[in-house]
Amino acid sequence: MIRLARTNRSQIAEWWWTVDKWTLFALFCLMLIGGVLALAASPAVAMRIHLPPFHFVYRQLFFFVPTIAVMIGVSLLNVRQVRRLAAAGFLIAFGLMLLTLVIGPEVKGAHRWLQIGPLAIQPSEFVKPSFIVLASWMFAEAQRTPGFPGTIIALALYTMVVGILAMQPDFGQLMLVTMVFGAIFFMAGLSWRWIVSLGTVAIIGALAAYTLMPHVASRVDRFLNPDSGDTYQIDRALDAFHTGGFFGRGPGEGEVKRILPDAHTDFIFAVAAEEYGVVAGLIIISIFGFVVMRTLSRAMEEQDLFVQFGACGLVALFGLQALINMSVNVDLIPAKGMTLPFISYGGSSMIALGYTMGMLLALTRRRAGSHVTPPNGKRAYA
Amino acid sequence: MIGRRNQSSSRGRGVLAGYDAIAKPRMPHEIGLEEEIRTPSERRIFLALALFAVCFSLVGARLVELAIVGGDRGPRLAAAGEPDPIHRPDIVDRNGEVMATDIVTASLYADGRAIVDPQDTARQLATVLPDINPEEVAAKLETGRAFIWLKRDLTPKQQYAVHYLGLPGLGFRREQKRIYPNGHTSSHVLGTVDLDNRGTAGMERYIDKSLRLGKGEEGGPRAQPIMLSIDMRVQFALRDELEKAQKEFSAKAAVGIIMDVHTGEVVAMSSLPDFDPNDPMVVSDDARFNRATLGVYELGSVFKAVTLASALDSGKVHIDTRLDATQPIHYARFTIHDYHAENRWLSVPEVFMYSSNIGTAKIALELGTPAYREYLRRFGLLSKAEIELPEAGDPLLPPHWSELSTMTVSFGQGIAVTPLQVVAALAGIVNGGTKVKPTLLHHENVPTGERLISEETSTQMRGLLRLVVTEGTGKKADVPGYPVMGKTGTAEKAIGGGYAKHRLISSFLSAFPANDPRYTMIVMFDEPQGTKATYGFATAGWNAAPVTARVVSRVAPLLGIQPIEQPRNDNNMLQQAKLVTFEPETANGRD
Repeated sequence: MIRLARTNRSQIAEWWWTVDKWTLFALFCLMLIGGVLALAASPAVAMRIHLPPFHFVYRQLFFFVPTIAVMIGVSLLNVRQVRRLAAAGFLIAFGLMLLTLVIGPEVKGAHRWLQIGPLAIQPSEFVKPSFIVLASWMFAEAQRTPGFPGTIIALALYTMVVGILAMQPDFGQLMLVTMVFGAIFFMAGLSWRWIVSLGTVAIIGALAAYTLMPHVASRVDRFLNPDSGDTYQIDRALDAFHTGGFFGRGPGEGEVKRILPDAHTDFIFAVAAEEYGVVAGLIIISIFGFVVMRTLSRAMEEQDLFVQFGACGLVALFGLQALINMSVNVDLIPAKGMTLPFISYGGSSMIALGYTMGMLLALTRRRAGSHVTPPNGKRAYA
Repeated sequence: MIGRRNQSSSRGRGVLAGYDAIAKPRMPHEIGLEEEIRTPSERRIFLALALFAVCFSLVGARLVELAIVGGDRGPRLAAAGEPDPIHRPDIVDRNGEVMATDIVTASLYADGRAIVDPQDTARQLATVLPDINPEEVAAKLETGRAFIWLKRDLTPKQQYAVHYLGLPGLGFRREQKRIYPNGHTSSHVLGTVDLDNRGTAGMERYIDKSLRLGKGEEGGPRAQPIMLSIDMRVQFALRDELEKAQKEFSAKAAVGIIMDVHTGEVVAMSSLPDFDPNDPMVVSDDARFNRATLGVYELGSVFKAVTLASALDSGKVHIDTRLDATQPIHYARFTIHDYHAENRWLSVPEVFMYSSNIGTAKIALELGTPAYREYLRRFGLLSKAEIELPEAGDPLLPPHWSELSTMTVSFGQGIAVTPLQVVAALAGIVNGGTKVKPTLLHHENVPTGERLISEETSTQMRGLLRLVVTEGTGKKADVPGYPVMGKTGTAEKAIGGGYAKHRLISSFLSAFPANDPRYTMIVMFDEPQGTKATYGFATAGWNAAPVTARVVSRVAPLLGIQPIEQPRNDNNMLQQAKLVTFEPETANGRD
């Protein structure tokens, strides 16, 4: 254990004393679980697609290194540096996203990836957290400085991001970004009139997607009426939860990983529950729940609006993604490809996750006065 | 708005210095609950927090639900390759002997995705399962499908050998295999099941339909055995004699049925050629054809028993009525002859004994077409027999029932019925005159059926039938100690609109013991040939009758029939027949 005196004012010592160690610990737990489950699920998948059995395991473990480095590195930043990083990250990643439309290879009918050397990266993964931080900044600024058109700028940024996601197309990310943006907007004091009208727009959008896009319609139909089409992956996942029971079939005893093409990514949760039981599934839910609850409750006391919105937005991004993945696994919502943060095999997207959680940890660090209500009742702005 | 404002604070935190908060990171349960929520954003964050909490709890609850009750749709993973085997009830005979039972076997399948080297796997399998073709198996494995049958119903030894190979991607599925310990003996009664243990013919099919066997639902492992009316000992004796006789007379087919005259229970039933139900895949259509219940035949003179019973019961003809058989009947462009024509007036017993077509036709005309048809209907000869077997044949009736039809039907031409139907009809004639419903299921108490003919007529018919054996065409059917009565029938097969002279259906419809009939029986041969021992004759008196005698001598003791030393010589039919000119030799001709 590192021993750091409270009087040590170095950046590392400062970080150690102020960072949210419980959240940090929870994230490391998730990575540990991810590593163990990579051993369980991915050899079966790798062998099926004729790769060395430990291909995905090595890659998963390999990507932990830059991920942790990025996460810790970003969490060292102070609030102002986070804003600048987010702005820079947004510009670069957004530029790369534009590039994917032009030079990105087509994978499964969409242009989402960029090949940079040996790395295949998905720029939208970096755009998401950067955009959330920028939007939070704009909402906070709008409240702090009367007359500043923060809300307009945030909406404009949102339109840009959503527009390009629709062009890729990547409706899963579009939906996620929309939900998180809506969440920040809501927390930033969106009036109920706006909520109702925007909610209407969202519903119309969802209906439009259902009627205009056959694959969306097909997925929803299959969810509502399993007999109407192929629900093979979900059916097998549901079986996995059942056969696993409370304590699982035991490590390596799972069947579903041999059957599902996405066992190591979208359906890792089912693999976990089959081999280690529903108890393991509940532990995973609890860890995600803990990170989300803890961050949100701490944000409630936060005096800095930008920090409050940013932390809430980033943790909502993280929590919603986990929630959607797990809900699909247990057949609570229609199938939507989304990975389980830190646990699914993700390759380069895990670095983006490190970036996201790094900014979250940076924002939730304790700062002098961050939890003090000044006597005049006005909020401070760090 | 969210109802938290009213919660009193348990620990007044008041205004704390920031550093204190840093020093003591607070657990979630300490946070937010005790402090007043002051700003709109705090309220809304709390709302988001609550929403998240609800969602995470929902996923958790769903997880527990899945673990306990499973997904609410789709088949189980196991079901992809492992449907519950269908459990069939055992089938036992009337004495509780097992006729069909299930045993558990292992069947070998492969998961093509888990096969490492299809060629090697196939080669190694062939070393322990010599009857598989390695190339074929390798090709199947190359497909990489998730479920590939390799071989059904392995022996335990084979299963061990395959298991011992230690090949990945192979698995065994427990299966129920139907076993028929007695092989061919009662194949047409029992029927067959398919590879998935579903009944496809015979009583097996009946069991499926009546019990609605599903995937381990009703009729589960502990289902009550189904008790049949069959007596395996009798069944074996009947089939054994038929098989020998079929060979002896070079007959295309042989049929035998023994029925309890009071309950309608079929005690034995055999149709040759038959098959081994343990190996249903190699059965020819000919062997699969159940001639006893599905095949319909113009049985010829055996029908006269029914005609006489009807006529005597109606009162329009009496036992002492005399009929003019001096010359053939000409009707339209048809002529009805007698094969061994007496060319004189005949009494009713003589008509029966000499098997006079002319006399029988005249008796039927005396009775009249509507009354005759009504009798035939009540004897169950005009509609499909109500038996459990799905293999039940519809009788072929004259398309337009004219007076000529009545005449030909009276001696068994122009109407084709199943052997089972005439056995059941004869049971109704000799049992005192009440209808029986043929059945293959064991019945303890069968209520007396509707009255077909009077008891008096039944007694008269017994006398007439006994007369055929003591004095007439059925002499070779008699067994010392077990008096038999019956009626021979030899019919030319109708082929292409005419009758073929040398392709015969010979049958003997009988009942025993004659003093108190308990069983009716039919023995029928399809195209029997004459032999040296029969002086070239192929008529019923020379084959079906003696085979009946052999069967009776074997089964009567099994059925608990007491032998009588001297048959009572009280058959007054003899006097009625006024046998002045009867010569037994004529029995050898066509009857």
